[in-house]
Amino acid sequence: MEYFDRFAIPHPSPAIYASMVAIGLTVIAILIGLTYFKKWGYLWREWLTTVDHKKIGILYLISALLMLFRGGVDALMMRAQTAVPDNTLLDAQHYNEVFTTHGVVMIIFMAMPFIYALMNFVVPLQIGARDVAFPRLNALSFWLFFMGAMLFNISFVVGGSPDAGWTSYFPLAGNDFSQSVGTNYYLLSIQIAGIGTLISGINFMTTIFKMRAPGMKLMKMPMFTWTALITNAIVVFAFPVLTVTLLLGTMDRLFGTHIFSMTNGGMDMLWANLFWVWGHPEVYILILPAFGIYSEVVSTFSQRNLYGYKSMVASIVIISFFSFLVWTHHFFTMGQGPLTNSIFSITTMAIAIPTGIKIFNWLLTMRKGKIKFTVPMLYTVGFIPIFTIGGVTGVMLGMASADYQYHNTMFLVAHFHYTIIPGVVFAMLAGLTYWWPKMFGFMLNERIGKWAFWFIMIGFNVTFFPMFFTGLDGQARRMYTYSEATGFGPLNMLSFVGAIGLAIGFAIIVYNVYYSTRYASRDIGTDPWNARTLEWATQTPVQSYNFARTPHVNSIEAFWDHKKKGQPLFKGEIEKIHMPNNSGVPFIMSCIFFVWGFSFVFSMWIPAIITTIAIFACMAHRSFEKDDGHYISVEEIEATEKNSEVLADENR
Amino acid sequence: MKIDNSLPLEYGTEQNKLNILGFWIFLGAEVMLFATLFATYFTLEHRIGNGPAGAEIFELTPVLIETLLLLTSSFTIGLGVHAMRIGKKNAMMTFFAITLLLGLAFLGVEIYEFTHYVHVGAGLQVSAFTGVLLTTLGTHGAHVTVGLFWGLFIILQVKKHGLTPATANKSFIFSLYWHFLDVVWIFIFSFIYLKGMM
Repeated sequence: MEYFDRFAIPHPSPAIYASMVAIGLTVIAILIGLTYFKKWGYLWREWLTTVDHKKIGILYLISALLMLFRGGVDALMMRAQTAVPDNTLLDAQHYNEVFTTHGVVMIIFMAMPFIYALMNFVVPLQIGARDVAFPRLNALSFWLFFMGAMLFNISFVVGGSPDAGWTSYFPLAGNDFSQSVGTNYYLLSIQIAGIGTLISGINFMTTIFKMRAPGMKLMKMPMFTWTALITNAIVVFAFPVLTVTLLLGTMDRLFGTHIFSMTNGGMDMLWANLFWVWGHPEVYILILPAFGIYSEVVSTFSQRNLYGYKSMVASIVIISFFSFLVWTHHFFTMGQGPLTNSIFSITTMAIAIPTGIKIFNWLLTMRKGKIKFTVPMLYTVGFIPIFTIGGVTGVMLGMASADYQYHNTMFLVAHFHYTIIPGVVFAMLAGLTYWWPKMFGFMLNERIGKWAFWFIMIGFNVTFFPMFFTGLDGQARRMYTYSEATGFGPLNMLSFVGAIGLAIGFAIIVYNVYYSTRYASRDIGTDPWNARTLEWATQTPVQSYNFARTPHVNSIEAFWDHKKKGQPLFKGEIEKIHMPNNSGVPFIMSCIFFVWGFSFVFSMWIPAIITTIAIFACMAHRSFEKDDGHYISVEEIEATEKNSEVLADENR
Repeated sequence: MKIDNSLPLEYGTEQNKLNILGFWIFLGAEVMLFATLFATYFTLEHRIGNGPAGAEIFELTPVLIETLLLLTSSFTIGLGVHAMRIGKKNAMMTFFAITLLLGLAFLGVEIYEFTHYVHVGAGLQVSAFTGVLLTTLGTHGAHVTVGLFWGLFIILQVKKHGLTPATANKSFIFSLYWHFLDVVWIFIFSFIYLKGMM
């Protein structure tokens, strides 16, 4: 039985046992439900084996929303714990685990799949393509991410959660100070998800470079596609750094090397440097697609073309370049010396310039526009002022000498939530509401959506604005409690109240999905927002082949010009369409990856070797497999397109 | 499947062009991967703790043999791709087989080299320097190992299906991978071994 002791939780509590039971019951309920309603075949055929970029996008979306709620519960626990001084709701160890998993879940397992959900669904449609360049790899990307997320999420009931912060600095994360397997979970699960992300990066770069509709020059791409291209370029160049960093961390923890240790020549600061060489570009991986979404939304609902298209493109390229040159600002206080700190201070502040250009471009797009305050537009308009607060406090933090006052305080926590929540979460909610009708064939209720927006907007500010003050007063981040004498109590209570407001806002969004699914009209046409880009030139819901005939583009807003100036969009006859076949291998291979990761977490070498061989066997199977896809015949396309407005539109 | 005969076979179809561009981007990611390992190596190069320094453990003979084997294999795979372009299936398979044999020999010498390091007290767990040295070399060695299996599969497929757009595409992409491993080795040879021995 000693062998199984490793799976025990080092710091059990009633809440964790309750979660165990809840997880067990949920799994049983899902299995029984699938069997009772005879949905296994449907699940396998339509979802587990799919290579359709639209379905993969929806899978990413579901996972991201699930993780949003998991990370949100972590956040509520933290706010509840610090709401009053000397609280004992969580002990120090649990608080450490909660802030660690909150960070990892929100960034790696919520924000990343959310941006890939929208990229997967939208980018091929926006460029007029049938699918991504490598549909099978796209499925593998998703399932690797998903299995990484699942591996991370079982940590708190099997073996213990990571507790060294989402940055997992060594030597704290080393074997001496983090004795549970928690940090192993961190290293392996992010590694698996990260490989998936890297594959996506390659896939989308190839797709955008090679599969654009005829006439769509690079400088005629919609802004969201531009940001997707640059984001994926950052992914391709930043994620290998993470791969190596996690590999070296794994070597230290599992194989006893001394790379990040304090003895035998190891260098602990190397982890911090390598981590942030990936970590800072990662911030821009999250924010650039958000900028793309805002650009689409602001121009659609101001009913004007995007102001300063070229300067928008230039600024995202400059941001992507600078994103690799600022990593040291995450540890100004760790003794690099004044010259290094000054250089990184300047590069950090320089990023404010291209970002400022974008802010002014959005404002000038709205100027003289006929603005419609729909839910996506509300998120966009709400984003601009609060993101600017986040940006300005970022410049404050970027001044190396002043940073000694703010470093590792709640001021920093307030700053990055002021950038990430309006920058990523608002954008994802805007994008979700905006593209929802294309994904599901009905619109989310506007009135309920506006209630959710105001709860989230006000709740957000009430939660995070007080942290600027407690931070300046010296409240350190990641401290599980504080004494009454510090005087931090009232403002922290205010934060907790705001957090509840945020939670209510998200609950309203869930209700909105339920309400709209039941009651919303299915008769919305193909273009309910009167939008400007090619994804709205498809049927609703989008056919598996996307476009019956390839669109021809000769302006930035091809669909708008088609509607307003009558420029022809689709030319020529319908031809048979080549489509890729579904495959179960990506899913199976990712399941093997899950077992592989689990075996490494617990240093179980025999299953680790077997699964390694099995993973390569899957790759060998792919190499020998002959799979030329299939064709959709002209008759079939004509039958599905018979009632389509797209065809009728073209014949007018 | 539409085949464009004005281009070499490996570029002949749309999917082939996508595959080749995608693989170049993948190689870009691999450059970053090895660049990170090199940066780590240079940071920790002199942090030897109580273990040996590079100059004490590096031996020129096996390293030179490895270099010659791998550089020659890059040449032979080039000949293999040339044979493929002029449609000589058997010559192409022969050159690919020679490439893999040279790769296998390289791997053999590298394994000898690793056991040598362990014998002279430079195992994985000795110091930051030995840890990162063996991790960097090991990552390259693992790439070569994967390449051996991959190359073998491609030879089998060419044997079975002949030179089709699909097999030509795979062979060409494999040759890119193999050349890339050679480039990485040149960096390892120059900046780990030669610099370490000076």
